[in-house]
Amino acid sequence: MSDDGLVLLQLHEPGETPVPHQDEAGLAVGIDLGTTNSVVAFSFDTEVEVLKDENGKALIPSVVHYKDDGSVVVGREAREAILENPDHVVSSIKRLMGRGLEDVKSLAGTLPYEVEVPPEGGMVRLRVAGRTLTPVAISAHILMAIKDRAEQAMLGKAVTRAVITVPAYFDDAARTATKDAARLADIEVLRLVNEPTAAALAYGLDNAVEGLYAVYDLGGGTFDISILKMEKGVFQVKATGGDAVLGGDDIDHAVAEYFLAQRQAGAAITAGEVKQALMTARVAKECLTGRQSGEWMIELDGIASRHSLTRDELEKLAAPFIERTIEICRGVVEDAGIDVSDIQGVVLVGGSTRMPLVRKRVAEFFGREPLSDINPDEVVAVGAALQAEALTRGSDTLLLDVTPLSLGIETMGGIVEKVIPRNTPIPVAMAQEFTTYQDGQSAMSIHVVQGEREMVDQCRSLARFVLRGIPPMAAGAARIRVTFQVDADGLLTVSAQEMTTGIEQHVAVKPSYGLSDDEMANMLRDSLVHAKEDMAQRLLTEAVVEARRSVLAVKSALGVDSDLLSDDERQAIDAAIAAVETACAGTDRDSVNAAVETLEESTKGFAEKRMDRGIRQALAGVSVERLDDALGGDA
Amino acid sequence: MPEGGAMTASIATAAASVVPCWSCKGPVAARALFCSVCGAVQGPGAIDHFSRLGLQPTFDVDLDLLEKQYFGFQRRLHPDRFAAKSPKERALSQSQATALNEAYETLKDPLKRAAYVLELKGHKVDLTACGTINDPELLMEQMEKREAIADASSVDTITKLSAEADSEVIACQCHISAALNAGEMGQAVHLTIRLKYLAKLAEEARTKKTRMTRAMR
Ligand SMILES: Nc1ncnc2c1ncn2[C@@H]1O[C@H](COP(=O)(O)OP(=O)(O)OP(=O)(O)O)[C@@H](O)[C@H]1O
Ligand SMILES: [Mg+2]
Ligand SMILES: [Zn+2]
Repeated sequence: MSDDGLVLLQLHEPGETPVPHQDEAGLAVGIDLGTTNSVVAFSFDTEVEVLKDENGKALIPSVVHYKDDGSVVVGREAREAILENPDHVVSSIKRLMGRGLEDVKSLAGTLPYEVEVPPEGGMVRLRVAGRTLTPVAISAHILMAIKDRAEQAMLGKAVTRAVITVPAYFDDAARTATKDAARLADIEVLRLVNEPTAAALAYGLDNAVEGLYAVYDLGGGTFDISILKMEKGVFQVKATGGDAVLGGDDIDHAVAEYFLAQRQAGAAITAGEVKQALMTARVAKECLTGRQSGEWMIELDGIASRHSLTRDELEKLAAPFIERTIEICRGVVEDAGIDVSDIQGVVLVGGSTRMPLVRKRVAEFFGREPLSDINPDEVVAVGAALQAEALTRGSDTLLLDVTPLSLGIETMGGIVEKVIPRNTPIPVAMAQEFTTYQDGQSAMSIHVVQGEREMVDQCRSLARFVLRGIPPMAAGAARIRVTFQVDADGLLTVSAQEMTTGIEQHVAVKPSYGLSDDEMANMLRDSLVHAKEDMAQRLLTEAVVEARRSVLAVKSALGVDSDLLSDDERQAIDAAIAAVETACAGTDRDSVNAAVETLEESTKGFAEKRMDRGIRQALAGVSVERLDDALGGDA
Repeated sequence: MPEGGAMTASIATAAASVVPCWSCKGPVAARALFCSVCGAVQGPGAIDHFSRLGLQPTFDVDLDLLEKQYFGFQRRLHPDRFAAKSPKERALSQSQATALNEAYETLKDPLKRAAYVLELKGHKVDLTACGTINDPELLMEQMEKREAIADASSVDTITKLSAEADSEVIACQCHISAALNAGEMGQAVHLTIRLKYLAKLAEEARTKKTRMTRAMR
């Protein structure tokens, strides 16, 4: 074990943690859950440590090997198993998070996996080593391995909470799937942070930069471009764009197709062979970053073939993908309402930005050399770790992010009516009114979609629900108000209300491409973890947090207004406080809640007297200052 | 009794300016962000966008100040500041941040700001209604300009048209400001509707300019 781990441990000795109960809650880390590689980091006093394995490697390949004996191996070892045992290995699963069959790419007509789609449609399932697995479960296995890595590096301290990064361009289904995966891995998600925003945080804090910056992130599976305004600890995303299925994997694909086309086509290739060909293509692509040409071998169906590739040839294959990223950059600059020349620096993130052609095209488009004094593999995890610390221990920095995609609902003729346009700052709530189009219509089906196109079938369907019980009215008379709410994680909640009667329906959007509640419950029970106890534990923790808040509030009130109480009243309140404190030390949630209720009951009279006094003082103009002193922002 | 009546009114005002804190149940100013006794974050309340950001209610907003105020309030109220707090406090902070974003987005944009200032003064301007233009003069002007943009066949022409459209937007904003300051509400409403169409036109010109410039390269 490295001495770094030891230092971290000492820093976290009990008594030194500024936030109470942090130890009970476990450590909070930052996780970059990548398509190709994952990284985990921990921050203390904004000193970030990227957590390494025993060989000093930071990158954990996001590859899972499902062995015949039922064991699951993640990382480097799993990646090596692709060559011998491709059918048992899953990689690049992030591309299928919250996605359907149409999103699985085939090579020479063969899919890399045996896939299944549930009869009602939705997220694909993979058949691997005799198991049927959802992308969520596979991601959960990666997250569990990351958690283990982190706990080892922290000398066995429990790691229970994390900031997990997601591509800025991830839609609601993919974000929900990521959160579900964390739940299965028994990790509490403090916040989903967009990858380019996390990178900007890491880069900006380190370099104390100010002004407009672009973050260009081309990884294995996804592309993001964000334009941020950075100033004095504020990171404000002006506009973001990208493609959730565009990355190094696509270039590997093009190279593999090119190699396979050179072989005299023999028998159809198998799913395992597809994976092997992709792996060789990737090795070739990465080699050509430092070299001009090379030769590689592919052995399929017992027949070996040699393939040479030059950097020029590779660049011809890669160019269409890279041009697409540049087109997206152009759109985002426009969306931000700025000129390319207003941008003061371009930060490169992601392994694919090592390709010379990417650097060249990015430099040409932005008219300046991109900044490359950061490690493009680790910067996202570093930002996530900084944010994890900020969320648990407090900080002065502020991340203001936006919705990457417009959210809307289907109206007549399959046309999308936008409710929240892309690049709106989050959290946000917006409402739109709709009406019925038939006399006496008693129900209205609401179809929520995400995307920029005008027609519903060209956008991603997020969810459908029906508002029932609309009283009979003439067509066009009902007023149905649909409210969209996006929280700080970028997750959507939709509610609908008939305004003339007040009938309301509230749905946390369960994405069409997500898991059903039943499925999630089964998976939790089937034990990836001891989820049941965890759930109880989490509820208890929440009740205790709430109880402690109540006690503190009563104590503060006693601090200013205890003269309003008789000795008897005071004793009753003190006793109730003591009872809550005793209950909090125990493990029974019900008795915690009951004690809190008793406390509230015993302080009712006190509260009334305090309100009376407050109003009397306000009348006399006495305490306006005291009541007001928490007003105001900076000015 | 006139005196008694006045007294009741002032009690009502005082009572309305003081509300119970949801956490410690004691009195807190209705507009306070935090309780001064127990420190708990309060709900966003129903106040106008200008007051929410601590700004004077005027169309002539200093955009740097607007941003500074917005950042200042978000620094204290954003959900990231409450991640370790109780669910209730997290929910309140989300409502506060949502209200701040709405205020900021409304006041940042001249068109939305103009409509909002008018709304505060009791004149509703519906910006979402995409219906026909009632004003024949505006309609003619719009049609001619739209045609000119559609017909533009050189980068030079479209660049010139785009610059013209942009300066008309700015000029219209100045006129709105003047009308509002002079208390000519009818005129301000008229100009705000005009601004909506001018802004749309400027946007069209800009898009076409970008497209044509790109095609040149
Ligand atoms: N030297 C190199 N030359 C070219 N490509 C490289 C090089 N090194 C890594 N890559 C490519 O970078 C990609 C992996 O990058 P990275 O680890 O940043 O992705 P990720 O974070 O896992 O993916 P994402 O962010 O899209 O989820 C792979 O496609 C890999 O082939
Ligand atoms: Mg990445
Ligand atoms: Zn209080």
